[in-house]
Amino acid sequence: MWHVAFAELRKLRRPTLFFGTMGAVVFFSALFSSLLFLLIDSPQGNSDRGRTIGREVLGLATGGVQGFSNVGGFLGIIALCVFAAQTAQEYTYGTLRNLLVRQPGRLRILLGKFIAMKLFALLMIVLSAFISIGASVILAPGAEVSTDLWFGADGRHAILTTFVNVTISVIGFGTIGMVLGLLLRSPISAISLGVLWLLIVENLLIAVKNSWEKWLPGAQLNAIATGGGPTGRSEGIEFSQALLVGGIYVAIGVTVASFLFVRRDVAN
Amino acid sequence: MSKTAISVSDLSKKYGDQVAVSHATFEVPLGTICGFVGPNGSGKTTTMRMLLGLITPTGGTGEILGESIKHPEKYLPRVGAMIEGPAFYPALSGKENLNVLATLGGFSKDRVQGLLEQVGLGDRGKSKFKTYSLGMKQRLGIAAALLPNPKLLMLDEPTNGLDPEGIQEVRALLRSLANDGTSVFVSSHLLSELELISDYLVMLRKGEVVFTGKMSDLMLSQQPVIIAKGAHENDLTLLLAIAQQAGHNATIRDGAVHVHGPADWAIEFNRAAFNAGITLSQLTPQLPNLEETFFEMTGDK
Repeated sequence: MWHVAFAELRKLRRPTLFFGTMGAVVFFSALFSSLLFLLIDSPQGNSDRGRTIGREVLGLATGGVQGFSNVGGFLGIIALCVFAAQTAQEYTYGTLRNLLVRQPGRLRILLGKFIAMKLFALLMIVLSAFISIGASVILAPGAEVSTDLWFGADGRHAILTTFVNVTISVIGFGTIGMVLGLLLRSPISAISLGVLWLLIVENLLIAVKNSWEKWLPGAQLNAIATGGGPTGRSEGIEFSQALLVGGIYVAIGVTVASFLFVRRDVAN
Repeated sequence: MSKTAISVSDLSKKYGDQVAVSHATFEVPLGTICGFVGPNGSGKTTTMRMLLGLITPTGGTGEILGESIKHPEKYLPRVGAMIEGPAFYPALSGKENLNVLATLGGFSKDRVQGLLEQVGLGDRGKSKFKTYSLGMKQRLGIAAALLPNPKLLMLDEPTNGLDPEGIQEVRALLRSLANDGTSVFVSSHLLSELELISDYLVMLRKGEVVFTGKMSDLMLSQQPVIIAKGAHENDLTLLLAIAQQAGHNATIRDGAVHVHGPADWAIEFNRAAFNAGITLSQLTPQLPNLEETFFEMTGDK
């Protein structure tokens, strides 16, 4: 299993993939946090879907991680793409047969790949936390937001809690990407379906009926990243419910995909 | 300790109603080079996949290096394989691709550069796989198969895309591995290549084994072929008729009449042709080569 994980890390550290992904993380983390402070007085709002987060809220102990928390869902989409591509490309390149000849334990291959991608995702999250919080610290004075409470005991607790929530959310999104990669066996199909569902289909369904938000997988994982509560389109999802429903989706996906991966003939 | 590198009995694979491999039974002794031949779609790759644990047989049993094919984890660390062409990550260099496989299998990465040099890629190891020619990709595939220092090497069409020099190098490499005790199971459509290097042969047709045994036994069991040409092109049909009237199986191929019959019938054939007013420009009795034997046995061409 660890051999598989180390082999996978060799692939994940290739410059195009590594710097491309980390570049996207830096860009979106800086963007989400910047908009929060630069558009603080905008009538169109400064958060997702026109929501306004005022100076009083940003000045609280949780204010420093507001941008980090907001970008969590986006980090999830990036993780979904990376996990899906890294899994499905083994089929399209035909390299899966090499992996299975060298490591016939199929569940070990899955677990090893998962560990490696989890480490990669963790690096994304740490980088995002630094950029988001750093950008917030730099932009807060210009937006007349107090940072006094951000790094006190409550502030540090908020950073830790948000980090854990974003990590759970990103790993959840990534796992869904891996499941799609295993089921569809094509990076393009897996990424397209995942992104289309999360960014378009779910939003359309929620627009048609707000209460569906409580049962859709992407909404649960987003809610975990933000710690639950209002999302700007409804009263939101309770954190515990998001953990439970999101966890069920991920568990079902992992069970089905693992079963098929172990049983399916490798014939291409 | 088992004396066979590969031993399969009644091995079968069906996809729905379609039979890919039907009751295949054969053995490959340790330390030999065994050619695995058959027309396209005859089940060679499917058989290799079953032996490597990539697909599950629908029937039969098999052993690799004395271990059941139901437990590939017990023998695959001692097996090197390249199946259905070389498959690697295009954005990684040849060397990095081998490093990935070495890490995965728990093999020493110190072997990687040596293997690249052994297959003639020593100076191209740092180039990305996607920039390799087909021949270079094949060479990298062979290097990857050699990573575990295998006791059994299974190669599917290893000379695809190689130039004549490369083919000769692969032939020499396989022979030297076999001399060092490695068993080699190799499929190729270049039958003349297999004829030169194989000790054993397994021949498949439509999923069924039509021959398994020593190459020398197969060749000796074949009836000689008398190849005859007339001075004029239109003599061929008359020569064909003479041979067939004498009760021999004969065909026209490559501008000559090929007659299956005892070598000493050539004298009688010459006389009959002379009596029919034909001057022969060629009359050669010879043992059929593997390609001719293959077509004879598989009924193709």
